[in-house]
Amino acid sequence: MPTVEVYAHETLGKDLHALTFASPIDLRANHCQPGQFLHIRVSRSFDFLLRRPLSLCDADVEHNRLTVVYRVSGEGTRRLAARKPGDLIDVLGPLGQGFPIHDMDRRALLIGGGVGVPPLLELAKQLRASGKSVQTVVGFQTAGQLMLIEELAVYGEVAVMTDDGSAGERGRVTAALTAELCADADRYYACGPSVMLRAVQEEMSGKGVPGYLSLEERMGCGIGICVGCVHPVLRGGKLANAKTCRDGPVFDAQEVVFP
Amino acid sequence: MNGSQGDVDLSVSLLSLHLKNPVMPASGCFSFGKEAASFYDLNVLGAIVVKATTLEERLGNPTPRVAETAAGMLNAIGLQNPGVQRVMAEELPGLRRYPSVPVIVNVAGTAVEDYVAVVKALSTSPDVSAIELNISCPNVKCGGIQFGSDPRLAAAMVRAVKTVATRPVIVKLSPNVTDIVEMAVACEEAGADALTLINTVIGMKIDLEQRRPLLANGSGGLSGPAIKPIAIRMVYEVSRYVNIPVIGVGGIMTGADAIEFLLAGATAVQVGTANFVDPLACPRIIDETREWCVQHGVRSIRELIGVSWRANGR
Repeated sequence: MPTVEVYAHETLGKDLHALTFASPIDLRANHCQPGQFLHIRVSRSFDFLLRRPLSLCDADVEHNRLTVVYRVSGEGTRRLAARKPGDLIDVLGPLGQGFPIHDMDRRALLIGGGVGVPPLLELAKQLRASGKSVQTVVGFQTAGQLMLIEELAVYGEVAVMTDDGSAGERGRVTAALTAELCADADRYYACGPSVMLRAVQEEMSGKGVPGYLSLEERMGCGIGICVGCVHPVLRGGKLANAKTCRDGPVFDAQEVVFP
Repeated sequence: MNGSQGDVDLSVSLLSLHLKNPVMPASGCFSFGKEAASFYDLNVLGAIVVKATTLEERLGNPTPRVAETAAGMLNAIGLQNPGVQRVMAEELPGLRRYPSVPVIVNVAGTAVEDYVAVVKALSTSPDVSAIELNISCPNVKCGGIQFGSDPRLAAAMVRAVKTVATRPVIVKLSPNVTDIVEMAVACEEAGADALTLINTVIGMKIDLEQRRPLLANGSGGLSGPAIKPIAIRMVYEVSRYVNIPVIGVGGIMTGADAIEFLLAGATAVQVGTANFVDPLACPRIIDETREWCVQHGVRSIRELIGVSWRANGR
């Protein structure tokens, strides 16, 4: 599979890294959607067998480079973290269905939690580029985990929530989704842990704002053949297990069922 | 690479099927082929084994369904598939564009009658070259493994299926048994046309933070390079005893792995987990197998089958 060169590998915080590499596809010829993911092998050996799905955080079309932001969460990602500029990495993608941008929308509300925040950056960039105003709410457990706040602030106002109140306001992201904030939002886009997405789905559906959820499931192949990463959805009134890697990871919030 | 590469004959005969090479994707590791077809021309494959098909649609298990382990992975998908009628109507016809590639349909179920009904239905399809009986899925209650762990039940199943099957019947065996040779012989005597060895090895991973099994199903099937020595041993022992062909599967990642299975006694091989890591695994393994033969002066891959236990082996 395509091996591409690492351009930069920055440390953004404790165990938090931004990896920039040559895009496996020509970004000028192929549009890449925010919310899509890159499926990356952490080493060439077979001891860490499966690829790691990492959300696209920035697509630099001019230089044909992609950036993913990830947290080291085990031995596999620790190996990835050791890659240096000039190294070759095996990258598949961008894969999956990302966040659709609607022509008629004027204002978008972006909602992110924890490691679900990175894809919102490319989304905010593309939304702004198509003339929409962007308001972002992000939530973290604690101040030490904050990421990409200044970068997101380039595209619009950012509200920060932390579980322990050590940065921004204390509380969950749903506490920031006030009637005032949601009133003139045409659509919302959310990415984060399932508990957050479930709460956001309920909150926003109650406020009558349509939106998209980017789901996270443990993935095997990333291309739709192993059927490992399914999530229940309602389609045509019938419950089905959709593949997060190929049918998602972004789904219309209305069809997502949380078991 | 050298000019003699084209001289290597990779073809093997498997039952009535002519395979242009011995490499096929394993059931459940290829879905029904559509996804892989976006990566390469499936005509290069020796055969195609599609995902386990049951009588009725199955939604499968809750998630997490997969987990990485050292040099392998666990899965507990739970036989998610649209049911035999939709498989025949919606999935198999798409494989007609690869006329030189035999299609083997993996069949799973709960009771003997389910298997018989699915095989009966498939026997009417023009798109099915052979049946692979999955009597070894470890991930659903009554998912067939009871047949795969008791030689008498396995034999009864094979006999029942053989009475309705109009295509060759391959039986996929579970490694989760005390005596694999006893199972193999029971299936052969009951009329199995070939055997596939091995299905996944039952395993488990505990999530340290949650202090519970990581997979929603609790246990799952271990696959990948970690199980290759188990598979090699079983192919070696079984292929010496039975007079029907054995298809080897378990942890094949490279051409050298495929050669190892042939030497152990396999007539053909299936590639499973490697497809998840590398969508181009099957064509790459075919190329590497050919290259190995070129480098080792092997003119027909059939020369290698079972050499590790034959008296005239090196």
